[in-house]
Amino acid sequence: MAAPPGEPRRVAYLYLLPAFAVYAVFLLYPIGRAVQISLYDWDGLSLGTWAGLDNYVAIVADEGLRAAFGHALVLIVFYAAAPLVIGLALAAILNHAKVRGLGFFRTVVFLPQVIAMVVVAVAWRRVYAPDGSLNALLGALGLDALTRGWLGDYTFALPAVGVVGTWFETGLVTVLLLAGMSRIPLSLYEAARLDGAGAVREFFAVTLPSVRAEIAVALTLTVIAALRTFDLVYVTTRGGPGDSTSVPSYEVYHRAFGLGQVGSAAAIGVTLTVVIFVISFGINRFADRRTS
Amino acid sequence: MISRGERAANYIILSLFAAFALYPVVVILAAALGPARRGGTAGLANFAAAWEIGRFGSYLRTSLAVSVFVVVVSVVLSIMSGYAFGTMRFRGRSLLFYLFMLGIMMPSEAVAVPLYFDLRSLGLIDTFWSISLPQVALSVAFGTFWMRAYFLASNRAIVEAARIDGASSWRILWQVLLPAARPAVVTLTVLVFMWTWNEFLIPLIMVTSESLRTAPLGLAFFQGQYTSGFTLLAAGSVIVATPVVIFYLFLQRHFVRGLLQGAVRE
Repeated sequence: MAAPPGEPRRVAYLYLLPAFAVYAVFLLYPIGRAVQISLYDWDGLSLGTWAGLDNYVAIVADEGLRAAFGHALVLIVFYAAAPLVIGLALAAILNHAKVRGLGFFRTVVFLPQVIAMVVVAVAWRRVYAPDGSLNALLGALGLDALTRGWLGDYTFALPAVGVVGTWFETGLVTVLLLAGMSRIPLSLYEAARLDGAGAVREFFAVTLPSVRAEIAVALTLTVIAALRTFDLVYVTTRGGPGDSTSVPSYEVYHRAFGLGQVGSAAAIGVTLTVVIFVISFGINRFADRRTS
Repeated sequence: MISRGERAANYIILSLFAAFALYPVVVILAAALGPARRGGTAGLANFAAAWEIGRFGSYLRTSLAVSVFVVVVSVVLSIMSGYAFGTMRFRGRSLLFYLFMLGIMMPSEAVAVPLYFDLRSLGLIDTFWSISLPQVALSVAFGTFWMRAYFLASNRAIVEAARIDGASSWRILWQVLLPAARPAVVTLTVLVFMWTWNEFLIPLIMVTSESLRTAPLGLAFFQGQYTSGFTLLAAGSVIVATPVVIFYLFLQRHFVRGLLQGAVRE
């Protein structure tokens, strides 16, 4: 923390009150209620019955729920790992070569971040449609054997959703890493050059360690986004075909409002919250250690 | 230092990636401007047709009302709470701050379910408030964090001088500190606007009447119901995405800065 601010002021509570009131009523209280509901078997209408930790046990024991969390892990590969690898390469190029049009490139790759996810989903549904442009492209390349309705395919629906994640997270990761790389002092590169390091060794010895903090932030943002995937699945596949693209957030919605298993939905929501807290906390610890 | 071949390779890689990033956008734009299968419209007339058939006028009105409300209320509340955390010392300061920090990371899907059932028993479901207030709460958590960071770094000497002159804490906030805080406030405003405009889950759960559907929700329903061709759906998508994209093109710096520096929320 920075220097202790000002002298003691009791008026501070007045400034905090309005924000805290909204926050407490619409976030803190509901998360408490979520924990409470998660301990019951409740259909949302009649009286619930006490279930203890059954709803939490089901997350591990129930095959469908285990699959949903498993799918979230697969999405992490597409949302976090792939953008990190691609982003590192792109940022290294942009930082290293004095390319023209950097501003334009940044505008373009960051654009997916600001487009409503529902719009993104509508666009990609079109790309993946049986008569969509992906199949047209494959056909033009003479790869007709590969064409299919991507989002209706048991094997390919989840990776297809994942690629959309790669598409919209890579720009964010690239711009983030680029900001970090532009702060690396040139003298470090010159020293590496003098030691006879090639471009590849330079990347691993100088660039990569210098952007550790940025990598941590990028991973936090993208992993959480992967775990929270909802809009995209809702609009593109609704968890299908079968349950091949079911994810935790969609299960929360589906169980609470589709199946009338509100207790189970709350338990998934609480579990998701805990997982997100643990990941954020862990990665922030990692970043803090670096700055101190 | 860089060979010509390497430079060409770099440009090719970057162009390929830019094309990948723009591809779905181009797909939507091209489809929105192309000939419609039904109605015989084409070009800009598609937008008018989508506006009419898809009722996007009504959806945009709701989105605008919700966004303005959420932005104004949460930015004002965040300025006040950030001011308290950033410039004042009081009992329970750290504890309260950590409590706010929990909200930044809290996924809305975890709170939306209990909120729905509690608001339903209060008869508040399917109202403007049931869409807006939960989003104010989500935004205030981030906004407090964002404005606190700004006020912590602000010039203490000016504040002390103003206090010695007898200015109240209220005047110091709005007349001394805030004018200089404009960039931080603009960044917060565009982020909250974008989050609120694009939010899908909360309106999906809280709203049943069509007149309260926000733009993304309206688009999702339009997609489910309107099956004669892609043209009007694409035109509707462009209508929904455009307001934020325009803001982004003009205030790009704020979007990038905000999303990179503080966006643990999304």
